[in-house]
Amino acid sequence: MAEADNDNLKRTALYELHTALGAKLVPFAGYDMPVQYEDGVKAEHLWTRAHAGLFDVAHMGPASFRFKPGCGPDGVDERFAELARRAETVIPSAIATLKPGRVRYTVLLTDEGTIADDMFVGRPAHGPRQGDLYVVVNAGVKEADFARLSAVMGEDVELERYDHGATLMALQGPEAEAVLEGILPGVAAMKFMDFSPFPWGESQGVIVSRSGYTGEDGYEILVWNDHASAFAAELLKDARVKPIGLGARDSLRLEAGLCLYGHDLDEMRDPVEAGLSWVIQKSRRERADFPGAERILAALENGPAELRVGIRPLERAPAREGTEIFAGGEQVGIVTSGGFGPSVDGPIAMGYVRADLAAPGTPVELMVRGKARPAEIAPLPFVEHNYKR
Amino acid sequence: MTDLTQQTTYFTEDHEWVTVHGDLATVGITRFAAESLGDVVFVELPEVGKAFKAGDEMAAVESVKAASDVYAPITGEIAEANEALVDAPETVNEAPEAGGWFVKIKLADADELSKLMDKATYDAFCANEA
Repeated sequence: MAEADNDNLKRTALYELHTALGAKLVPFAGYDMPVQYEDGVKAEHLWTRAHAGLFDVAHMGPASFRFKPGCGPDGVDERFAELARRAETVIPSAIATLKPGRVRYTVLLTDEGTIADDMFVGRPAHGPRQGDLYVVVNAGVKEADFARLSAVMGEDVELERYDHGATLMALQGPEAEAVLEGILPGVAAMKFMDFSPFPWGESQGVIVSRSGYTGEDGYEILVWNDHASAFAAELLKDARVKPIGLGARDSLRLEAGLCLYGHDLDEMRDPVEAGLSWVIQKSRRERADFPGAERILAALENGPAELRVGIRPLERAPAREGTEIFAGGEQVGIVTSGGFGPSVDGPIAMGYVRADLAAPGTPVELMVRGKARPAEIAPLPFVEHNYKR
Repeated sequence: MTDLTQQTTYFTEDHEWVTVHGDLATVGITRFAAESLGDVVFVELPEVGKAFKAGDEMAAVESVKAASDVYAPITGEIAEANEALVDAPETVNEAPEAGGWFVKIKLADADELSKLMDKATYDAFCANEA
């Protein structure tokens, strides 16, 4: 039903597979992406929570920064430390302390200390690649992110983008481990946020992280494009795996209390009000050397004016993004993501409210179609995370 | 049960159907609309006795994905609302053109029906939209 400009949409390497599987394709961040397959959003969502779902996330922006040949310090540890030091000028997390083979969720900051994107940073596990800095940024803002990161990395560092030549896919759900172990022996031993290359058939190998964005255990797998369809087909041969569209990806991440950039996070919000101050490790708070440190540290000290919260409508009507939140006759916040949670079996939402109203259980009202509907602030996530730590 | 094989069923460009029996018009959303929406999780119905002009927002239907307005296809007063949809919104997917009806409207002006599409015209309209 969405009207959009269908011209110049990019296709991922799995486009033909989606079409063959009966996907309904919609424009998303400049790509023609599957929003759902024949089973529909609700069934796909529930399948992922019970079994394993395969997601095409090739629109996202995985990339590596590395020193150009002949540039940078000697030794992989020194090279990584220098790249981390530069990245930390726009990212408030401790990157330098990342061990080889680990990734971390973080945010990219604007000069004012608001959120330019949420992203993953990682340090490759083996060999000379240990000197690289791996990142995964969001589809909608990847050009701006790469420009911002490249600027602080400097002239002696190059960016290798994998979104042009490789396909990022995610396998999520309680059966993901057993399925992927059958194809890539060794992945079962990985822990949440581990990151490692694995050989696969005739390909140049695949890069696996034990991560995802559904709240379930699972993996994200980067496969070179010429082997991407074959790898996806290999996964789909397993009866425990079904293809899952962006519709269920959205309801899964909302139930898991995970933020969607451009909706729950944007350049108007800082990490403290977004409930993401945990990405700023103690060492970084002490050094106070990231953009907007003054504002962010003050918000940490005094508490922010608004906070991101979960919201449970008490009636059946979902409250969508943009719904105004009221308490005591005045507007106290706004919904930034909202819909129906198939596993919760009811409407759920996330949004920002005045900090004094952010405690779970606080009654609020949601203005849906001109009518005030009762709701309450709810703890996040709505569905417990199922990560293998 | 509404029988849509009768000649008295009309369709709108907003994908509502209207079946007329005497001065009562039963209104719902078409199978095409229900399939486009996906899993329906909530239906908001108007109160009995409320009057609408043709084209007014009359009800709302929400799927996992999105909320959509349902417009009054004709002018009139709500005579009955399908309260079964409140507890079983999935009926809209299962039987959009039968048990999934939304409301019955007391027709104010039967001449308005001539502005709506018949089944053949509507099917062609959908084929064009798909």
